[in-house]
Amino acid sequence: MKDIKIKVNDLSLYYGEKKALNEITMEIPANKVTALIGPSGCGKSTFLRCINRMNDLIPNVSIKGEMLVEGIDIYNKNVDVVNIRKKIGMVFQKSNPFPKSIYENIAYGPRINGIKDKTQLDEIVETSLRQAAIWDELKDRLDDSALGLSGGQQQRLCIGRTLAVSPDIILMDEPASALDPISTSKIEELIHQLKEQYTIIIVTHNMQQAARTSDQTAFFYMGNLIEMGKTNSIFTNPVQKQTEDYITGRFG
Amino acid sequence: MDTVVNQTENQFFSSKKNVSETKGKFFIGITQLAVILIIAILFIILGIIVYQGRTKFSWEFISSFPTNGMTEGGIFPALIGTFILVIVMSIAAVPFGTITALYLTEYAGENSKFAAAVRFSVRTLAVVPSIIFGLFGLGFFIQFIGAGADTVLNDGQLRWGQPNILWASLTMSLLTLPVIIVSVEEALKTIPREMREASLALGATKWQTIRKVILPESVSGIMTGTILAVSRGAGEVAPILFTGAAYYLATLPGSLSDQFMNLGYHIYIMSTQSSDVEKTMPIQFATTLVLLILTLSLNVVAVIIRARIRRKAK
Amino acid sequence: MNSPSQLSPKTTTFTEESLKKQFRISEFLAEKIISSVAFLSIAFIFLIFIFVFKESLPLFNSESGSKEKTEASVITANKPETYGTASEELKPESYGTEPEAELKPETYGTESVSNEELKPESYGDTPKEDLSVSPSEETTEVVSQNQEGADKTWSTFFTTEWVPVSDNPRFGLLGLLIGTLKVTIIAMLIAGPLAVLAALYTSCFASKRVKEIIKPIIEMLAAFPSVVIGFFALMVLASFFQDVFGYDSRLNAFIGGIAMALAAIPIIYTISEDALAAVPKTYTEASLALGASKWQTAFFVVLPAATPGIFAALLLGVGRVFGETMIALMATGNAALVSANPFESVRTFAATIGSEMAETVFGETHYSVLFFIGSLLFIFSFALNAVAEFYVKGKLLKKFQGK
Repeated sequence: MKDIKIKVNDLSLYYGEKKALNEITMEIPANKVTALIGPSGCGKSTFLRCINRMNDLIPNVSIKGEMLVEGIDIYNKNVDVVNIRKKIGMVFQKSNPFPKSIYENIAYGPRINGIKDKTQLDEIVETSLRQAAIWDELKDRLDDSALGLSGGQQQRLCIGRTLAVSPDIILMDEPASALDPISTSKIEELIHQLKEQYTIIIVTHNMQQAARTSDQTAFFYMGNLIEMGKTNSIFTNPVQKQTEDYITGRFG
Repeated sequence: MDTVVNQTENQFFSSKKNVSETKGKFFIGITQLAVILIIAILFIILGIIVYQGRTKFSWEFISSFPTNGMTEGGIFPALIGTFILVIVMSIAAVPFGTITALYLTEYAGENSKFAAAVRFSVRTLAVVPSIIFGLFGLGFFIQFIGAGADTVLNDGQLRWGQPNILWASLTMSLLTLPVIIVSVEEALKTIPREMREASLALGATKWQTIRKVILPESVSGIMTGTILAVSRGAGEVAPILFTGAAYYLATLPGSLSDQFMNLGYHIYIMSTQSSDVEKTMPIQFATTLVLLILTLSLNVVAVIIRARIRRKAK
Repeated sequence: MNSPSQLSPKTTTFTEESLKKQFRISEFLAEKIISSVAFLSIAFIFLIFIFVFKESLPLFNSESGSKEKTEASVITANKPETYGTASEELKPESYGTEPEAELKPETYGTESVSNEELKPESYGDTPKEDLSVSPSEETTEVVSQNQEGADKTWSTFFTTEWVPVSDNPRFGLLGLLIGTLKVTIIAMLIAGPLAVLAALYTSCFASKRVKEIIKPIIEMLAAFPSVVIGFFALMVLASFFQDVFGYDSRLNAFIGGIAMALAAIPIIYTISEDALAAVPKTYTEASLALGASKWQTAFFVVLPAATPGIFAALLLGVGRVFGETMIALMATGNAALVSANPFESVRTFAATIGSEMAETVFGETHYSVLFFIGSLLFIFSFALNAVAEFYVKGKLLKKFQGK
């Protein structure tokens, strides 16, 4: 397995005329957790959404530069965006289960991929929920509506739903920002387990969370990537003044 | 000093205040009067129709045929004709309206000229006088499509090239199309963007997302639109005047190429062209009462569902 | 984790092949079908115009045809026209007063419409004769030589005589136009102020609770089918107001106007209320902060700011009244009389189409003229909507966004 999963070269993003990301260049290692930090509006979420082309949905967005995932530029016009998203899953800031049963939520991805066999679906549902560390809580109520779950459960269900499509890379956009401390720690634990098999990129505004969960940290400011490195060194010994100011809480 | 209740912001201008206050009361009173007047008229209409219609209004009236040259008996065929009309109309208009609404919310780009043209057309359809739809039904469905079908299919024998329930329903479906489009569009807009993103991020295509997430979520909106359209279609008369409504039929329509009786048309005929307007007065009021109950209750149901959708969206 | 291998991503790798752009037929079809269906809405507008106008084409065809053919006989072709005008110049005074006494508007048009398709000719003349006999009898012989020909049809458009079924048919649209305008003006004079004031109360003075009750109730008026309102006017209002004012013809422009006002009120009310509610809060707050009272703010700040929207509401109200058929048929008396008296019977464009289309024969002049009137109504309502939409939207944008 290659060490570098994603290689970004001079990626810029424009909302109409406004430049929101400024020539980002970075490398994201495989099977590691990479945290993107920075003050709000710095472009970290926008960048995350570039990785599975969710920004395609927003009108007037244009992107320049390369986003190489295992050497393939996903913005190449010959690349299929739907297949990209199957390989690169995403968990959103606000948990967004479908207004269906727990089972149907998990089975949604496999079903659209053409899996109809009931036993196979059952198996995927169980595995995904186990991987999302929520199987024991939910195994007796799979037919209940997902909307009846607590916020933390919903978010882990969403993670399970993403896993059910068996992606390679999981993008997480502040997955714990709306959760209580206990749920947050469960999610963080989960991230820790998942990185054995998946490459995880997580956006967070919580620096303790970044420090706890990630191996690599990238600091964004005003659409620029200021600094990236091992989480340890970024937090203990940042090179850039701006990074230090942000980490020590002098602005934000 | 008058005993006007002072508003806090006026307390500084004690001398001018009273003139302004009285004037204000007067103007607010006028607007209040307008509201009261409108609501009063509404209830007067309702009241008189209920009062005059109640004597004749019964199960028997609803379930029996008119007799004795339509001076006695019930309105059963008119009721059934109206039902068939709105059902065929819904079958045509609901998918059509839903798909157009889907285009406007899911496919149309924000600055798409085409979408703007579609929107403008829909709003125009909503303000075109209903009699024009009748003319269109006559010119397009009957003279063009119907007569054309007869030439091709029936060797020129007259079957489709004349007014019938199919053409009347299709004409009516055009008229009610905007109602459905607007309702469905409103419902689609209340579906949060996160739902769409969740589905797309799982690798679903746009159409899969629409089919499996968006459409199931917009069922209540489609229902509201359908109910409103049915309420509208049940009451409109002008579009069917010359596209299929019949004065009197001894039997219920047996096929789509038959003419039909209709509640609204029945009221019109009975009140303007009956052989004995005085004698049939109770029948007329009772028929109006039936139509009014039908349209108003459908409307109330639609308003309730719509309010529920809005509350859910918040 | 018991069986994580099931979902392990090892089997899935990023290759050119697996990510290659796929052509999904269902996706492609869905998009094409959905856009085409949406396109049909636009197409319908054109189709409506084309097919309504198409049926009135004979009017234009025969006219140009006759002109091309007989260049030499222009003078003779002109003569009929002068005949036509001569006869109508003679008529109006005597005509206008003569029939109104014996014209019983309510009973007018007592034909059965059920089988008119079978025997159109015989039907056509039964009811119409009341109207047409008196003026036409004397003139038929004079003008009978040129009763055919669209030139004459056109020339009669600008007269006030509407005598479509006779040996000497005349299609004076002016009488109908005046009738339509009369009803529209009366209806708008009632509905406009009432609806706008009610909207003002709802959006500026009513408490939230009251508003939540008033609004659905007034909008419920929109659910009253026009045939019900027409029926109510015919049965209840007509007699009531005749008792009050004591005028002669029970059904008249005034009754029709009131009834149509009822149909127009919910439209004007809803759109005005939206317009008033759309006035930015900052306007109101600024005014209140300057010490203006609630009513001053409402009348001098909110109302002017919402003018374009209210204007649009009134335009759409006019459109509704102008094209309203059933109420006109049932409540206006349906006699094309020209007078300024609001208590005289009138005949509107829409009612004319509604009552006469069923008696006409496909392709004859009368039929075409009715479709021509339909085209005029369509163009008018289209234009009203376009003005309401573009003019008002532009103004609003300018006002609130300074663009």
